[in-house]
Parts: sequence; structure tokens; C-alpha cells
Amino acid sequence: MNIAEKILAKASGKSFVEPGEIVDAKVDRVMFHDLTGPMTLKAFEEMGGGLVWDPDRIVVIFDHIVPASSIASAENHAKLRRFIENQGIRWFYDVGRGGICHQVMVEKGHVYPGELIIGADSHTCMYGALGAFATGVGATDMAAILLTGRIWLRVPEAIMVKYTGRMPRYLSGKDLVLYTIGRIGADGANYKAVIYSGSVIENLQMDDRLTMSNMAVEMGAKTGIVEPDEITLSYLRGRVDRNFSIVRSDGGAEYSEEYEFDVSSMEPQVACPYRVDNVKPVSEVEGIPVDQAFIGSCTNGRLSDLRVAAKILKGRKVSRGTRLIVIPASQDVYREALREGLIEVLLESGAMICNPTCGPCIGVHLGVLSSGEVCIASINRNFIGRMGSRESKVYLASPATVAASAVEGRIADPRRYL
Amino acid sequence: MKVEGIVVKVGDHIDTDVIIPGRYLGITDTIELGKHALEGLDPSFPAKLKPGVILVAGRNFGCGSSREEAPVALKAAGVRCVIAKSFARIFYRNAINVGLPIVECSDIQRYVKDGDKVSVDLSSGIIEVAGVEFRFNPLPDFILKILEAGGLTNYIRRLRGLPY
Repeated sequence: MNIAEKILAKASGKSFVEPGEIVDAKVDRVMFHDLTGPMTLKAFEEMGGGLVWDPDRIVVIFDHIVPASSIASAENHAKLRRFIENQGIRWFYDVGRGGICHQVMVEKGHVYPGELIIGADSHTCMYGALGAFATGVGATDMAAILLTGRIWLRVPEAIMVKYTGRMPRYLSGKDLVLYTIGRIGADGANYKAVIYSGSVIENLQMDDRLTMSNMAVEMGAKTGIVEPDEITLSYLRGRVDRNFSIVRSDGGAEYSEEYEFDVSSMEPQVACPYRVDNVKPVSEVEGIPVDQAFIGSCTNGRLSDLRVAAKILKGRKVSRGTRLIVIPASQDVYREALREGLIEVLLESGAMICNPTCGPCIGVHLGVLSSGEVCIASINRNFIGRMGSRESKVYLASPATVAASAVEGRIADPRRYL
Repeated sequence: MKVEGIVVKVGDHIDTDVIIPGRYLGITDTIELGKHALEGLDPSFPAKLKPGVILVAGRNFGCGSSREEAPVALKAAGVRCVIAKSFARIFYRNAINVGLPIVECSDIQRYVKDGDKVSVDLSSGIIEVAGVEFRFNPLPDFILKILEAGGLTNYIRRLRGLPY
């Protein structure tokens, strides 16, 4: 069996599972946030309510609209706080305590390799970068898990994607995953697991692996997994406090499809409106004027993302007519970026630094676009109206490409700066 | 289990941001959500959705976020069933959980137009339009049971012996 099948077999108490089979699995950990929380609680109450199955396996993180931007969001926060208090939920990251849910889950040690983790958010698949089986569900599914600790899941087929060749130093995990989405398509991995492998992945730092697993859902995938290795273990050291056993694919495990991409001469990649799989090399879109540049989100708001942005922006200014918004993915990332002097470099360049939150990525606050505006962003989706007006446009790229574009005021090739 | 309705067609890759834009999230009043269903596609779209609509879509319907407001808004706007060539997996689960029937069928799209009358037999896997039949793989029994209960909430109430 491959790693996805092995984790689901373990979670459902079986010795063997195969793609297509529906299993009734025991969930190791769940997560929900301030935007999916209210509907989850509504469904939980309508199901008859009562006590949750295990308060210590539930993590609640406020991140989508923090601090509250309206009376409605404040009421939602208040309702959730009462539930958390009444249920005795220990792992609660309130405003100022955590940051973007997926970053908090991995950096605070809530994700263990080999475990089944379900989140009420589509980018939950990110935890696959640590060798877990993690996937997103909606509010009613989450409410049912809160009551029962179980979920039905279809065992997915697995797509193996191998990256080979020599990784150019200007390339990032974001470029690799954008390229992959362009090749496989926005529905090319529907209902399936994507497993990232090959020598390039084996040498890829954790921040980039997280970005790649995060965007697996943009190909329709149920989860995006990297087989755990030394890099995984070193990331987990000092974060997790329980023993765990690594799960890895068996030799001879089966995959429904296999892809191999040589990255040696790959250009930085950009996904153009309004499709995540409308991916082009940066040289084909260079020069498009941008009103806003945004570095942040669960996809690319980590320390290495801020480092590359600061490297490009050091001693340079954001172009007149363009605004740059930077949002560290978590309080920890923010603090470390301050310590390293990255925040000062970004401020000097003219960037607006906002508090850790999903912010403009969902088009609700801190950088909403007007009609006719163009934004280049390190986020995960460029759908119509994603960041605001339905007459705005979003281009997706790596933090390096976004930073270079902020300097030039138009989509720019970061290779000139790295 | 059978549903009948009038066809409204949409294209491929209809994502959850256009089904219900992010600015409406946090609203838990289903009727209010229904007023904005598919507004992201075209501000006049919600007016096209009346009680008794069968939405006929292309590939990858419901791709994107996990927002359950998407199937809730469609259902509240009067959509009785979504027929698509394929669905994104979270939308698929969410639709079942809120009691919105969904059917995967790739043949019907080029035969139907807006306003056609369609009937869908979820148990036997047959769609009928003007005497022509299209077949699809029926949903597994346990999923049909969830739909028959009107969604996962009622299904669980029943399991817990509560009135529903």
C-alpha cells in the first residue's frame, strides 16, 4: 500500500484497503476556525448537541477575520468562545495567540506523521507535508466528527509526481506546484491523493513542502503528501510532545498515474485569471501593471517567504502606483521576522505590514480590490472576485515574483534580483 | 428517491467563490444566503434561480473552498439537484450533508437547454428529459439514506433517537 492507503487502513482498523473502498475512520485530530465555526456549531446544536467526543483532539483557531472587522464577525467570535469554554477545549488560539490556522497547526505541533487529521477548511491538505493524511470538509461533516470522532472516507487513488534535475536557486515550492497544477489541471486529481517525490523534494525545505501540499486541493486532490524523512523529523523536533510512528509507502505500492518533471530549466511560474491551472512562465506575462502586491496566506506567509521578499526589497522601494501588503502567517513567524530585521526592511520599502490573518486572500478585509484592479499575490486562488470586486484580477506567484513585481509596478521576473 | 425540475445550465469549473462570494460568509440565515447564489458569476444570476431548478453543469463543479454556504445557498435559492460531469470532493460531501442531491453524468449537458423539464431518479440512476433517458451510477445506499433524511443533521438525529 502507499502512504495514503496505509494511514487510512490504520485509522479504520483494517490491515488492507484499496482505492474506491469506503472506510469508516477514526479521526486523530480536527481543526476549525472562525469562519467555518459558526455553521459547525449550528449543525452541532441541530444534531442534538451535547458534549464533544474528545475536547483534547479539537483545535480551534481564529484567523479568517481577526481582529473582528464587523459586529457580525465579533458576534461569531463570541459565540465560538462560549462553546470552547463550555466544552473544555484546551487548544484554542484566540486573536493574537496563533495566526493562520494551517501554519499554527504545523508550527505548534498539532500535526503528527501517520495520523488522520480533518479540518473545516479546504487547505487542511497542507499537513500532508509532514506525512499525515489530512483533508478538508464542510461544517456539517465537522459537526458530526465533533460528536462521534469518526468520518466516512473513500480511499483515494494516488498520483505520484516526481521532480528531478537540479533545482535552480531562484525557484521555490510555489513555482513547482503552480507548474504541476498547470500540467495536471484544476480537476486532474479530483478525489485522489497526490504524492510529491523525487530528488528535488528530498532536498526541499519544509516551508516549500508545506506550500506544495497546501495547493494540492487546487488540482482537486483530497490530500498532498510528502513521505516523511529527516527534514520532517527535524521540523517536528521541539514542536511535538508525544511519541509517534512514521508511516511510509511500501516498496511496490501502486499509483493510478505517474508524472515526472525536470525542474532544471523551469522558469518562475504565474497562474493567470481566472483559473488556477491557467499557468504560464513569468516571461509570458511580464510587464502587466499591478495595483496591489500581496505576500501572505497559508500558502506563502512563512519565514522563508518573508526572507526572500526582504532580500529583493532591501534598499529598494515599492513602485509608485503600486501598494504592497505583507502578512506574516503567524505570531511566531511575525516575531522571528522582526528579530531577523525582515520587517524593518519591508517597512523601509513601503510595504504595509498587517497582523497574521487570512486577510485579503478571501476578499473580506485588509486589502480588498476595486473593479478594474490587478493584484499579484502569493496566495492559492485567482477565481472571479476572490480578493474583492468581480471585475478585479488576481495573478498567483511565488513571494519572490510578487516582491519583484512590487518593485517594478508590473509583473516582473525575480531572477533579475536573486 | 426522485426529483423533478427545470434546467438552468452553467459551465465548467464553477468554483465556490462564485457560488457564494467570501463577503457573504458568516451569514447563517439560509434564505439570505440563497439571495446571493451564483452572484459571483453574474449579479443577475440569483434572479434566474427559482424553486424547482435543476442545475446542469460541466466539469469540476464546486471547486475551491470548503464553505458549506455554497450548497446551502443553492438549495435555499430553489435548486433541487445539481447534475455535473464531475464535482470537487468537498462540495460533493457538503451537498449530501445539507440534503442537496447531486448526480455525476457526462452525457446530458449537450442535449438539454435552459427551461427543459428533467426528472432524476436517484435510486435507479436514470435521468429523463422529453422521453430520452440518460443513465448514471446511483449514489451508494448509505448516501441515499442521508439524502432521504434531508441531510446529515437529520440522519444523525435519527441515529441518536431524536425527533427530526
